Formats: sequence, C-alpha cells, structure tokens
Amino acid sequence: MSVNIAAPRSQRLDPKYVRGPKSRGNFEMLAWLFMRLSGVVLVVLIFGHLFANLMTGTGINALSFGFVAGKWANPVWQFWDLALLWLSMLHGTNGVRTIINDYAEKHATRAWLKGILYVATIFIVVLGSLVIFTFDPCVAGSDLAQCR
Amino acid sequence: MSKTSSGTLYRGREGMWSWVGHRVTGVVIFLFLLVHVLDTALVRVNADAYNAVIATYQNPLMALGETALVAAILFHAFNGLRLILVDFWKQGTKYQRQLLWGVLGVWIVVFAAFAIRHLSLAFGGH
Repeated sequence: MSVNIAAPRSQRLDPKYVRGPKSRGNFEMLAWLFMRLSGVVLVVLIFGHLFANLMTGTGINALSFGFVAGKWANPVWQFWDLALLWLSMLHGTNGVRTIINDYAEKHATRAWLKGILYVATIFIVVLGSLVIFTFDPCVAGSDLAQCR
Repeated sequence: MSKTSSGTLYRGREGMWSWVGHRVTGVVIFLFLLVHVLDTALVRVNADAYNAVIATYQNPLMALGETALVAAILFHAFNGLRLILVDFWKQGTKYQRQLLWGVLGVWIVVFAAFAIRHLSLAFGGH
C-alpha cells in the first residue's frame, strides 16, 4: 500500500539536481554573524573615534602629527585604533564581497573582483597594523619637544 | 505599491529602500576607509607630509564632504542596529517599518548635532 519516498536532501537525489559544488560548511552563517557582532562593536569604536578627533577641543583644526603622537602615546588608543582597523576592514570587505556576489554574474568577473578586493584588504590591514606597532614620534620632519 | 510588476523595482517601501541605503552608505564608507588608512600611514613616513595631507581635510570645502561622510556613517550605524533587532528580536520583523522611522529620527538628531559642531569648527577659523 504505502510507498516509501525518500526525504528531500537524503542524498538519494539524481546528481543532476544537486546544486553547486560541495557545501562550504558554516562559512556564510559565520560571516552573517560576524557582521552583526562586529557591527555593534564598530558603532562604539567609530563613535568614540569621531567624538575624540572631531568634537572635542578645536575639533578638526587640532589634527596634526603631534595630535596622533599624543594619542598613540596611550596604549588604550593604540588598541582602539588597531581594533577599529581590523574590524572595519573585515566588516567592509565582507560587505563588498556580498555585493560582488550579488551583481557580478560571470564566474570569472566575480573571481577577479574578489581577488582584487582581498589583495587590497590584506595590504591595508598589514600596512595599518605596521604603522600602529612601529610608530615613531621622532620620524623625519617631527618637531616634537622630545626629539630636538 | 501596485500589486503588478513595475520595472526592476523589487518591493519598494521602507524595507527595500533601507536595504539600498545600507549598501550605498556601506560602499562609500569602505572607499573612504581605504583612503583614510593610506593617509594616516604617512605618520610613519614624514611628519610634514602627514600635516600637509591633513591640511587638505581642514579646508571648508572638505568639511562639507566630512559632514556627508558622517551622515552616511550615522545612517549605516543606526540602520545596522535596526537590522540586528530585525534578525534577533522576536517582534523585529513585525516592527521593522516603525524601527526605520525610529532610525531616521535618531539619525536626524545626532547628525544635526554633529553638523552644527563640525561645521562651526571648520568654518570658524582658528
């Protein structure tokens, strides 16, 4: 009487109905979760960054090499800016990756655009991290008191 | 919105337009971020070179650009928090429309406060 019908996705599908290559595991879910978690942290980090640099004292008029040196003399701001760099770059890169996946229809175009994106991201993150870790208040052109 | 298809418009209204706004502001912020890390990297090269580049940010015309950038950042931030509520709060999808109006209300207030302070500093002359 009864007929056994295999449940969908029971691995007994005709191969021609199997979409795409192998599953990428949880990557897309983790990327989705990362956007939410990093987003909340970035709101705090960026609002703090904008407030400290543009809203206090004489705001943008105070920005200079000496201002940066003063901030990075404090490890809290070093860590703040490092976290800002990493989280914002990863958040932004994942956002642009999503946009490329949505709009670039040809496989080769998608691969190229994402390749360029990842190279740019690695370059910017490595460069920014090196600048924070190797900052020298007495670099060429510095007129800070302790360098004279 | 009419029930029939109209061109390439998806569903329109608050849900779609907030999604469009989130994408556009996200790309703009990301492009600025790349430039901003590069200009800050000059502190490792030469203090005078860094000061010269920062001076270009300190002219009144650029202040308008900075104000527009912060408008984009504030929208992306508040709408991002709305997205989190839509995803994780039980009533989120039901109230997504009201949440967007809340986002726009908070956005206007915070943006106005920033713009008044930043533009008066930038145009005030020091």
